[in-house]
Amino acid sequence: MNARTGISRRRLFQLVGGGVVILVGMSPRPLRAQGAQRLYPEDFNAYLVIGENGRVTVFSGKIEMGQGVLTSQAQMVAEELGVALASIDMVLGDTDVCPWDMGTFGSLTTRMFGPALRAASAQARLVLLSLAAKKLGVPVADLVVREGVVFVAGAVDRQVSYGELSRGVRISQVVDEKAVLRAAAQFQVMGRSPARLDAWEKVTGAAKYAADIRLPEMLYARVLRAPMHGATLTQIDTAQAEQLSGVVLVRQPDLLAVLHADPEVAELALGRIQAQWLKPQATLDPDSIFEHLMNQSGPLRESAHQGDVAAARAQASKLFETSYHKGYVAHAAIETHAALAEVRDGRATVWASTQTPFPTRDRVAQRLGLEPKSVRVVTPFLGGGFGGKSADGQAIEAARLAQITGRPVQVAWSRAEEFFHDTFDPAAVVNIVSGLDQQGRVSLWDYAVYGAGERGASCFYDIPNTRIRSAGRPAYDPAASVSAHPFAVGAWRAPGANMNVFAVESQIDIMAAAARVDPLAFRLRHLSDTRMVRVLQAAADAFGWKPMAAPSGRGVGMACSIDAGTYVATLAEVQVDLKLGTIKVLRLICAQDMGVVVNPDGARMQMEGGLTMGLGYALSEELQFRGGEILQRNFDSYAIPRFSWVPAIATVLVKNDELAPQGGGEPSITTTGAVLANAVFDACGARLMRLPMTPERVRQALA
Amino acid sequence: MQASIRFRLNGQPVALQTDDGRMLLGALRSELALTGTKYGCGEGACGACTVQVDGHAVHACTTSLKQVQGKEVLTIEGLARDGKLHPLQQAFIELGALQCGYCTPGMLLRAEALLRENPQPSRAAILARMEHHLCRCGAQQRIVQAIQSAARQMGATA
Repeated sequence: MNARTGISRRRLFQLVGGGVVILVGMSPRPLRAQGAQRLYPEDFNAYLVIGENGRVTVFSGKIEMGQGVLTSQAQMVAEELGVALASIDMVLGDTDVCPWDMGTFGSLTTRMFGPALRAASAQARLVLLSLAAKKLGVPVADLVVREGVVFVAGAVDRQVSYGELSRGVRISQVVDEKAVLRAAAQFQVMGRSPARLDAWEKVTGAAKYAADIRLPEMLYARVLRAPMHGATLTQIDTAQAEQLSGVVLVRQPDLLAVLHADPEVAELALGRIQAQWLKPQATLDPDSIFEHLMNQSGPLRESAHQGDVAAARAQASKLFETSYHKGYVAHAAIETHAALAEVRDGRATVWASTQTPFPTRDRVAQRLGLEPKSVRVVTPFLGGGFGGKSADGQAIEAARLAQITGRPVQVAWSRAEEFFHDTFDPAAVVNIVSGLDQQGRVSLWDYAVYGAGERGASCFYDIPNTRIRSAGRPAYDPAASVSAHPFAVGAWRAPGANMNVFAVESQIDIMAAAARVDPLAFRLRHLSDTRMVRVLQAAADAFGWKPMAAPSGRGVGMACSIDAGTYVATLAEVQVDLKLGTIKVLRLICAQDMGVVVNPDGARMQMEGGLTMGLGYALSEELQFRGGEILQRNFDSYAIPRFSWVPAIATVLVKNDELAPQGGGEPSITTTGAVLANAVFDACGARLMRLPMTPERVRQALA
Repeated sequence: MQASIRFRLNGQPVALQTDDGRMLLGALRSELALTGTKYGCGEGACGACTVQVDGHAVHACTTSLKQVQGKEVLTIEGLARDGKLHPLQQAFIELGALQCGYCTPGMLLRAEALLRENPQPSRAAILARMEHHLCRCGAQQRIVQAIQSAARQMGATA
């Protein structure tokens, strides 16, 4: 047993006191998609425990940030194990007791982790059935399970509960990959929409987030921040801050903080520090960034190639050369990054708002000079993540300060710090050259993306001559920030795909309009992928689409995308104020094929949430900066979607029970920018090629 | 200025000896140990810290302790009575009007004040009142539906 990665069987039984424990030693193959650097451990990790009291405890390295996996994971276990949802306790994101996990992102929980969890639960059911068969003296085939009770078929008085079966036994089993998962047609808990298991806590204020955790003797820290990225400290005077009674000053070469038992005194102390900074010359701004990115991103690398692009270009009867742009976008979760750390007797415990508890554990350990096994990260509820909480600077700061001061320390970023230290969705450029042949079919697709990465860039239309190229590292690659951007960038809900789908689907619409063909008919003419055809048709039907070439003046449009294994199509209706340039979104209809749906209402919430959040990057969100200076530090200047912006949203789940569950957290948001750009063009003939589509840009496009 | 601040918090009297220029949010989350009221922006721009003072929804991050002297403060911890959820809380659960839940306490307290003033608000009235509450998860459509549903429910049982 490798102590780095999980807990031993003995320790597990110490924790749970016996019962049936199902361990997973699955082949890493299906889990490889989580990341190339690190697989699920091949040693054993607990996934679930059936206790002697009949309660089922599920240990999962995934975290709950609003996306609903607390509930959906419990549903998967309840279904495969044959117990009531109410008898399940979930333990999420606690590195001391949960199986190793790379992090919660990429719409991977249900898609990649779900099969392992379901297999473990199905295996547990088999173990319990064989125990019951022995106890009741009948073959397993004669047994049925209902809500944690095993019955002899046809003789309901002969029964035994899971709790009774677990009593006095210490069974640990490794998942047998042959454990058969239940088919969608058999589902009793999956495929339904129970109320979220976290809902009661969240409507009563009982739900704990990282900044809500309190420990005796804790200190609250405020960290001195530079006025801009790249600035260096030249002079500092902390005397006035230190005059405040009870203030603790920590001064390290790269970390200066004032701490106090009262967070408001710590804040006051921070304000009394006088610091001089040397600021670098600022050269980049939201307009000059694009040329810089193209210059700094390195050579284009080809990722897909089919047919003869050069010949198609020479032969095309109509060529379309377009450049698309998008600025930096903030995550702007309403909960800022927060952590509480305690270092005692050579062990550190960190309660952190993090999407990546295990990598955070390893980074904290490295920074503190401890073994990873001496660090425990506990993850309370997250007040939104969206990729931004894969960055864990606050946890490192809190852990360092706790180690230095010997007291528990909370670091909770202010909103200004949150904007300053965010890992932004990067600005990006897409250049497309496409062409129609004499029959009006797309014959050429030459695609180049700078800065966004390739997610969402692949072409699912039938085009004989295509080339897809990309320059620069995707945002979630740590090297991306160093290379071209004036501040940190990182994964932002469906990283890169929002930009790529905006470009792809705008370009398709441009060609449909030039060919004077209805955009739905134009797409269908180039689609042989039956999943996409079904999804697009379902969205169009729900919308009540009437064919007409754009611009029709109706303000309607569509966009489709494939993301996280899910197929999605969105239709929109908008109104454009020609004088003001404002865009009012009237309705959004979104259809999605995500394979088996674990929790339909939960899936719809993610679809609605993605579309709504997407209104921001589509219409208003663009970080203002001057070099490394972040000019927006709060919601008064950085506008995220509000109630009045939200249109009537309807969602359609296209049934596909033949396919295992696919991703749900990100697909819908990838379509928002494109569908609105296409609807705006249909409304007024103005083609917006830069996101966000601000009123000023709409007016310029109309002029 | 150091002062003796007394007010009722979720029906219980509290007394603090403190600087009366401090904001209510800090006092709630520190010495009063009620963490259901959330920090979001610190300047009244997001609504996450919304509580009620004498029945009016206010931002706890920009309301000083001096301003609540002698008043009745309601936080999310006081919205359910005797273990029974308020119809708004029930509707938020049933209609899935929350995701991460961080903005939820503020949303509920704003909506409760609205329904007391205007028991059957139009959709437009709901939007206008909730406009300055931010929800990054994108639950707005369901929040509006939940407020409408609670209004119907409360109207039916009134």
